[in-house]
Amino acid sequence: MPEVIKNVACPYCGACCDDLEVTVEDGKILEVKNACIIGTEIYHHASREGRVGSPRMRQPDGTYKDITYDEAIDYTARMLIKAKKPLIYGFGSTNCEGQAAAGRVAEEAGAVLDNCASICHGSSFLAIFDTGYPSCTLGEVKNRADVVIYWGSNPAHAHPRHMSRYGVFPRGFFTNKGHRGRKVICVDPRYTDTARCADYFLQVKQGHDYDLFDAFRMVMHGYADDVPEIVAGVPKEKILEVCDIIKKGRYVHIFFGMGLCHSDGRNHNIDIAINLVRDINEVTKCTIMAMRGHYNIAGPGVVWSWQFGFPYCIDLSKGSHAHMNPGETSSVDLANRGEVDAFINIGTDAGAHFPIRAFEKLGSHIPMVTIDPSVNMAATVSDVHIPVAIVGVETGGICYRMDNVPIQYRAVVPPYNGILTDEELFNRILNRMLELKEQGIECDGKWEYAKAIPSLIPVKLEPEA
Amino acid sequence: MQGGDQRKYGNGIIVSVITCTEIKQGIAIETGKTSPQYFNACSIIELHEDDFKALGINKNTNVRVTSAAGSVILKAVVTTQSLYPGLAHIPMGPWANMVVPAYTYSTGEPCFCGFDCLIEPAPEEKVEKAVKLMHDKCGLKYVGDPHYD
Repeated sequence: MPEVIKNVACPYCGACCDDLEVTVEDGKILEVKNACIIGTEIYHHASREGRVGSPRMRQPDGTYKDITYDEAIDYTARMLIKAKKPLIYGFGSTNCEGQAAAGRVAEEAGAVLDNCASICHGSSFLAIFDTGYPSCTLGEVKNRADVVIYWGSNPAHAHPRHMSRYGVFPRGFFTNKGHRGRKVICVDPRYTDTARCADYFLQVKQGHDYDLFDAFRMVMHGYADDVPEIVAGVPKEKILEVCDIIKKGRYVHIFFGMGLCHSDGRNHNIDIAINLVRDINEVTKCTIMAMRGHYNIAGPGVVWSWQFGFPYCIDLSKGSHAHMNPGETSSVDLANRGEVDAFINIGTDAGAHFPIRAFEKLGSHIPMVTIDPSVNMAATVSDVHIPVAIVGVETGGICYRMDNVPIQYRAVVPPYNGILTDEELFNRILNRMLELKEQGIECDGKWEYAKAIPSLIPVKLEPEA
Repeated sequence: MQGGDQRKYGNGIIVSVITCTEIKQGIAIETGKTSPQYFNACSIIELHEDDFKALGINKNTNVRVTSAAGSVILKAVVTTQSLYPGLAHIPMGPWANMVVPAYTYSTGEPCFCGFDCLIEPAPEEKVEKAVKLMHDKCGLKYVGDPHYD
């Protein structure tokens, strides 16, 4: 008999849609309702043939051999003990219970503990440390916002149901006209599919958002006359028009994404955005929110802030107190300088999403373990690949939405082939580490570090004439 | 956007490249990183039509993309999310990251958006599979695996 499970939360993007209806029969997923096309694909992927059903270890000839969980856990525990400075990176796609368990393992191992924020909204964290975070929950946007700005973000592709659940189309308590009562502004160098839904589109020159924010702030401070005719490719009259819309708004909200975090200026793009929000609050109500990527990438920030006091790039190698300095202790910087000697890739894919010049230093010279439900690029070059249950499909748990609202995830089918959850796996790794240490196994300090990139060249390309 | 940003160089052009997420890429990630869908969604570079003219190539031609960090062969396509001349987009993924500079300006964030690339026509060259690229770069011998196909 097919059974319909309601109020299921989706494990893809930071919108954390928790209104899915999944039909299951005999432990197989038949149908998914309400999810976007990406979310639907996650549930069907879980039931597809050919998933990895047990841990695998690379053999000298390059093939993989299935091993038991005990062997995989023993390998990982020994690797962590033996390493002088292991790196544990990922956590965008697991629940808070798994992240807390990993925190305990990292503390025991004296590891560097980092999450995907360091290549995503890490810039936003840096700006928040500097200037604060005047934010709100997504319900506030839905119920009150009449001016919504998407700056350097493209929810039509990255957070597919964001505009229909929170930002543009829903009819809220004080916004009962839906999208007809809202002014939507999109700022992007591309005319994206989000820009198509917007009332105003500012085509900013790539990497010049800081200039545009500066112009906005000048207008807000009453120096509109001094703004040049064109700023960052945007004509002055358009800037004045949009500033007028903002000043007349009852509740203005800014969503920002990778357009600011990844471009020139990094954290300074965000901190000037936050300062603009403060300026706008002189005339009307305004809030800002980072468009967090994975469904639980806000989770490690919350869990580890509570465990260690820092959200990401946490260096636990001192053993007694944690240290954080993203330019020094972030995953990519450590890889660039060859400062790690073992690597665990968990709930992410550093292989696909790190610049290859950084990743090849991790993938080629040092032992590496991938913990992921599926085969990903990191797994294809790992020494050991340990499959785990998919959060939101095969196991439940707490996940934090982009506005740091915790959502209770639930399982709809049992784990494939009886595989472990992240939390169970990390708890068993910790127990094994304690056992081995009791047997007198310790770091012998003999392992090679990864190789550093010989010359790091910044962005500009100047080919030889 | 006024004026093009693209600069001629030899038989190619220098453009600014951004790497962003895209719905087809999102679906393909969940289908599987070794699937044909992922290959089709991510091993492309989206150019403005003026840049196709400057390169003297038709759409869906392979090009060599070279940055300060490396080089990769991709298929050049036209996009529905239009760019301005001199701005190109590669969907986030292993192909894009072959050319993304790892430099972080001491923030932890590599240069995913806004780095220069030289684009040259390479109609005879082949776009490599991601697993092969990964193994080559990490100095591992590529052998097939039942989970890769």
